[in-house]
Amino acid sequence: MSKLDQVPEKVLGWVDERFPLTSTWKAHISEYYAPKNFNFWYFFGSLAMMVLVIQIVTGIFLTMNYKPDGNLIPGTNISVAFASVEYIMRDVAGGWVIRYMHSTGASMFFVVVYLHMFRGLIYGSYQKPRELIWIFGMMIFLCLMAEAFLGYLLPWGQMSFWGAQVIVNLFASIPVIGPDLSELIRGDFVVSDATLNRFFALHVIAVPLVLLALVVAHLVALHEVGSNNPDGVDIKKNKDPKTGIPLDGIPFHPYYTVKDIFGVSVFLVVFTAILFFAPEMNGYFLEAPNFDPADALKTPAHIAPVWYFTPFYAILRAVPSFFGSQVWGVLAMGAATMIIAALPWLDRSPVKSIRYRGPIYKFALTLFVISFLGLGYLGTQAPTTIGTILSQVLSVIYFLFFIAMPWYTKIDKTKPVPDRVTMR
Amino acid sequence: MKKIINHLLFALLAAVSINSHAAGGGVALDKAPIDLRNAESLQRGAQTFVNYCLSCHGAVAMRYNRLEGIGLTQEQIEKNLMFTTDKIGNPMKVAMDAKEGKAWFGATPPDLSLIARSRGSDWLYTYLRGFYRDDTRPTGWNNTVFDKVGMPNVLWQLQGQQILEVKKEGEHEVHTLKLAQPGLLTRGTESGGYDNKEFDQRVGDLVNFMTYMSEPAQVKREQIGYAVVLFLLFILVPLTYLLKKEYWKDIH
Repeated sequence: MSKLDQVPEKVLGWVDERFPLTSTWKAHISEYYAPKNFNFWYFFGSLAMMVLVIQIVTGIFLTMNYKPDGNLIPGTNISVAFASVEYIMRDVAGGWVIRYMHSTGASMFFVVVYLHMFRGLIYGSYQKPRELIWIFGMMIFLCLMAEAFLGYLLPWGQMSFWGAQVIVNLFASIPVIGPDLSELIRGDFVVSDATLNRFFALHVIAVPLVLLALVVAHLVALHEVGSNNPDGVDIKKNKDPKTGIPLDGIPFHPYYTVKDIFGVSVFLVVFTAILFFAPEMNGYFLEAPNFDPADALKTPAHIAPVWYFTPFYAILRAVPSFFGSQVWGVLAMGAATMIIAALPWLDRSPVKSIRYRGPIYKFALTLFVISFLGLGYLGTQAPTTIGTILSQVLSVIYFLFFIAMPWYTKIDKTKPVPDRVTMR
Repeated sequence: MKKIINHLLFALLAAVSINSHAAGGGVALDKAPIDLRNAESLQRGAQTFVNYCLSCHGAVAMRYNRLEGIGLTQEQIEKNLMFTTDKIGNPMKVAMDAKEGKAWFGATPPDLSLIARSRGSDWLYTYLRGFYRDDTRPTGWNNTVFDKVGMPNVLWQLQGQQILEVKKEGEHEVHTLKLAQPGLLTRGTESGGYDNKEFDQRVGDLVNFMTYMSEPAQVKREQIGYAVVLFLLFILVPLTYLLKKEYWKDIH
């Protein structure tokens, strides 16, 4: 071996004496043993991470040309902020690709995160000992919703403006502190330039920082206890006596890195198809009224949030006002998101995976999926009498799925869980 | 399981058809003849836009030299489509101040850069052909898709004058537009009807141009899209699939 060949090894040795590079790589990548039976549903964690990277990188480039300025260009009814977005779309080289990547990425983030959460639901990934992973995940979800809401104000279009108006006013309905709180959020008595500036600051630095820290916590916690799998079997129970490696485990790298790369390329087909051929996604990803500049004197006929908020928005609208206050709907909406975090303690089933659960759980889960999708649809529609009644029924089902869970998971008949994972 | 996956993906990704564009007050919208690759139509539309729209409406996101994108040379743009005081890199600004516009029309005429994306091309196409005489309105004009609109029919010399005929059919009122007096681009036919073809085409070209203006990168976007999606679908996906298969052949 010539001296030159030893250089990389020596450099690595030098680094390892000062920083846990090799050991970290081994612990989290090359010698992190994941169950070998991951299926389709296990793609969405890595996909969420990739979309996060897309959002950060495209966000950086957007920031270079976007101007968070709600003041009007003299002689026109168009704000500097709105015009700067169109400047990106037209005059910045490659600007439209970057902007559409960011807007498509926002919606696709929720697509993959909802599917990722659904995976946790069907395979009981939140159950002991993964409660903290689930809690971190829920905090990521909340951050993501905050991030999406804050970012949606930035183009300063009609929906940006009026959507923010509606949501910030929700806070005003909280007794005692409400009015002051909503004023604090806006930085003004109405949604204005001050609001835009603080939303911009929160969107580009505050929330992303928290989000990244939470993603690290989510992964560290995951790698501490190990991944769940579609069978809900603990692979650490069956280790090779000589090596101490789980018999059903395979190193994350190269097996799951190559598998996830395949998942990423399939995902990119969907992502780019939307980006290049239907970036508005028929009004679901980019709403038509948001191409009108914000106008504080012109309320749009129908204010609807973007699709990923509509299930919770429908719950908000479904709750009637009591004692002359709208706060109950706000509380219900908040509870609808927070109650998901309680799943580890609501589920009393002795098994994790839906494969070995009984018919009651499967029925409850089906109803839950129907209620979630149904509420999502109703949230996009203008309120009607029948729509409101339907939303109320679906909201009750939504909450019953969680509230009744301790009871129905206990009495449900489960099937025996195998010792080892199955490949199907 | 596959079925569930398909259903879920469909529910989440597919665009279930709810028309998100502003509805035209219950009026059925006519389909606008949009063809962004038809440079001649776009150029005719640009001409109409500059002559008829730009005196009251601006299009500040649109620079004059962007018109090179529809096949015009810088010289042609300067000679035919610009006021002499403007420079080729200037945006299509309106000479009128927003406040004055408000005083004259009751509302500031909106900027038209993105109007085809907020209202939709079909809405514009129907709206621009839907003006009729209404003496109760300050301008003398009303519109079928935008009731009590502040804008007068600026194309009336081309279109002539329409009136709205209201017939009672049982409980319903049936509204029909009738051409009372032909204009430069419309004429009466022998059978007693009217021939609007030429006018409709002029408006179609105009809406085609406004659609182009709302997103000048659209044609390029789709061109690049084919290359990207085909590359991913036929090269990257098979390649990564084979890579995965090769690595995983020992795992059972």
